Amino acid sequence: MSGRPPTDPAGAPHAAVRLAGVDMVFTTQDGARMAALEDINLSIAPGEFVSLIGPSGCGKSTLLRIVGDLIRPTAGTVEVNGKPAHRARLGREYGMVFQAPVLFDWRTVEANVRLPLELLGMNRRQREQRVHAMLDLVELGAFLRHYPHQLSGGMQQRVAIARALALEPALLLMDEPFGALDEMTRERLNAEVLRIWEQTRTTVLFVTHSIPEAVFLSSRVVVMSPRPGRLTKVIDIDLAQPRNEQTRESERYFELVTEVRESLRGRRGTATDDRLAAGEGSQQRLRAEGSIG
Amino acid sequence: MEDEPGRSQALEEQQVAASTGVATTEAAASSAVKSRGWSRRVRRVSGFVVALLLGAVVWEAAKWLAGDPWRIQSIGYFHNPPFRILQLSDRHLPHLWDITAAFGQPFQRNAAYSLGSYLIDQALYTWGVALVGFVAGASIGIALASIFVHSGFLERGFVPYVVASQTVPIVAVAPLIVTGFGRGEQSIVIIATYLTFFPVTIAVLRGLRSPDPRAIELMRSYAASRWAVYRKVRLPASLPYLFTALKIAAAASIVGTIIGEGPGGGLRGLGRAILNFNQQYITGPERLWATIVVASGVGLLFFLAVRLAEIMVLRRRGTREEGA
Repeated sequence: MSGRPPTDPAGAPHAAVRLAGVDMVFTTQDGARMAALEDINLSIAPGEFVSLIGPSGCGKSTLLRIVGDLIRPTAGTVEVNGKPAHRARLGREYGMVFQAPVLFDWRTVEANVRLPLELLGMNRRQREQRVHAMLDLVELGAFLRHYPHQLSGGMQQRVAIARALALEPALLLMDEPFGALDEMTRERLNAEVLRIWEQTRTTVLFVTHSIPEAVFLSSRVVVMSPRPGRLTKVIDIDLAQPRNEQTRESERYFELVTEVRESLRGRRGTATDDRLAAGEGSQQRLRAEGSIG
Repeated sequence: MEDEPGRSQALEEQQVAASTGVATTEAAASSAVKSRGWSRRVRRVSGFVVALLLGAVVWEAAKWLAGDPWRIQSIGYFHNPPFRILQLSDRHLPHLWDITAAFGQPFQRNAAYSLGSYLIDQALYTWGVALVGFVAGASIGIALASIFVHSGFLERGFVPYVVASQTVPIVAVAPLIVTGFGRGEQSIVIIATYLTFFPVTIAVLRGLRSPDPRAIELMRSYAASRWAVYRKVRLPASLPYLFTALKIAAAASIVGTIIGEGPGGGLRGLGRAILNFNQQYITGPERLWATIVVASGVGLLFFLAVRLAEIMVLRRRGTREEGA
C-alpha cells in the first residue's frame, strides 16, 4: 500500500467501495436458478488500486457491474463513497473502461472524450480544457482531430481511458481493459495506468485474467473462486511505489505472482470446468442484463 | 487489427509527423488517398458506361438477328434479318435510335414543343411529388423506428402490421386511397409515402439497435437519460442503415408516384404520360419507351442524390462503406 490515508473533507473516513453480503443469482430462461456470486464482502479504501482475478465465468465482471450499478445484486448492500451505488451512478461518480474501447466512430478522439462532459452540461470552454488535459494525460494530445479508426488498438484504449477520466470520477472501473492487446502494448499501458493513478489519485477496481498484470498494478489483489464466485483470498501487494520495469524483475514481485497463482490453483475445478462455466456464465449475464436494461 | 501493415505504417508516419511538428507526411498521404479515390471513381463510372453500351449492343444485336428489316435510304443499305421473332419487331422493341430520335420530335402533331421537353417537364413534376412522399415516408419511418426501439410492447404489436401493409399490392391500395382522399396530388403523395416508409422503418430500427451493448452500458454509467442515449448513440449509429434504406426509398417513391398518377392523377406526371403513350402504343411505341427511359433516369438520379448525401455525411467515419 502506498500510504495514502483514506480521508474525506468531513474527516470521517468512509470506504470508496463497500460490499456487504452481496449475492447474485441469475434465473435462466427455463426457470433454473444459478448462483453467480455468493456472499461477497469487500471494502476498498479511497485511492486504492484493487484487482479482481479469477477463472473465466467466476463472476468478476458481474461484480464490477454490480459496483457500477449496471446490475442490481440479488441480495446485499453496495456502497460507493458512503452512498448506495445507484446514487453514486446518478451522481456520475464512475468512469468505465471495457475490454473493447467502445469509441464512437462518428466522433473524433476529442469528441469521444467530450461525450460525458456534454452529458454533464459543462460549458464549452471548460469542456475544451478538460478534454485537452485528459488527452495530454494519456499522451494523445496530438491526435485530437483523428477518428478512432485511424488509431491503433492501444491508442484507442488510451482514448477510452481519457474518456473514463473526463468526469474526474472517484471510482474507475476497468473490465479487462488490456485483454485484447498484445503483451508489449499491455505492459506499456500498465505503466501508463499506474502513472495516471498516481496523478489522479482515483480509486481503481480492475478486472483481469493476467496474474502479472494484477500484481504489477495493484495495492491489493482479490482472488475469486469459480462459480459461484466467492472471494477466496485477498493478497496485499507490498511492492514499493512508484513501480517500474525494475519492479517486474524484483524477487518480491515473483513471490507475489506465485502466491496469486497458487491461490488461484488451490481451488477445485479443472480447465474444462472453467471453460464450461465461462460459456454458461456469460450467457446468463447477458440474460440478466437484458432483463434489467 | 494492429498487425495490418499499411495502417501501422501510416500510424507511424502520423506519429512522426505529430512529434516533429511536420505535417508533410500526413498531407502527402492524404493527397495519395485522394488521387486513389479519383481513379476508383473513374473506374466506377466507366464500368457504368461499359454496361450501358453492352446492353445497347445486345439490344441491337437481337434486332439484327430477328427484328424487322430496315434500310438506310441515303446510302442504299438494306438489312434483312435471318430470323423473325415477334417480340423483337419494331412495334415491340423499337430501335434505340428511333427511341432517341423520339425525344426530338414534336410531342404531338403540330405541338410547339418536343417530346423530350414534355417528358422532362413531367419528370420534374413527378419528382417533386415523389420528393414530398419520400420526405414524409422517411420521417414516418424514422419516427416509428424510434418508438419501436423504446417500446418492445409497441414493436411486438405494430411491426407485423407494418410488414402486412407491404404485402398488399399497391395497385389494389391506390384506388382506395384515391376514393378516400380524392383525385389529386394529396392522394399521390400518400401512395408514395406508403411505399417509402417501410424500408426506412425496418432499417432504422435495426440501426438504432446496432450500438455495442457496452456503449449503452457506458452511457448508463454516466447516468445518461434515454433521450441522451438515443440522440448521442443510437441515432448516429443508425445513419448508415438509414442511408441504405433511403436509397431504396428514393426509387420506391418514384415508383409509388408513377403508379399513383394513374388512378389519382390529374393531367400531369410521368404516370399520366405512360398511360397516354400506352394507349397510343400502336402509332408510336418509341414514345412509351422514351418515357420509360426518362422514368428510370429520374429514379436513378434520385438514388444518386441520396448516395451523394450519404457520402458527404458518412465520409468521416471509419466504417467500411457498403457498396452503392
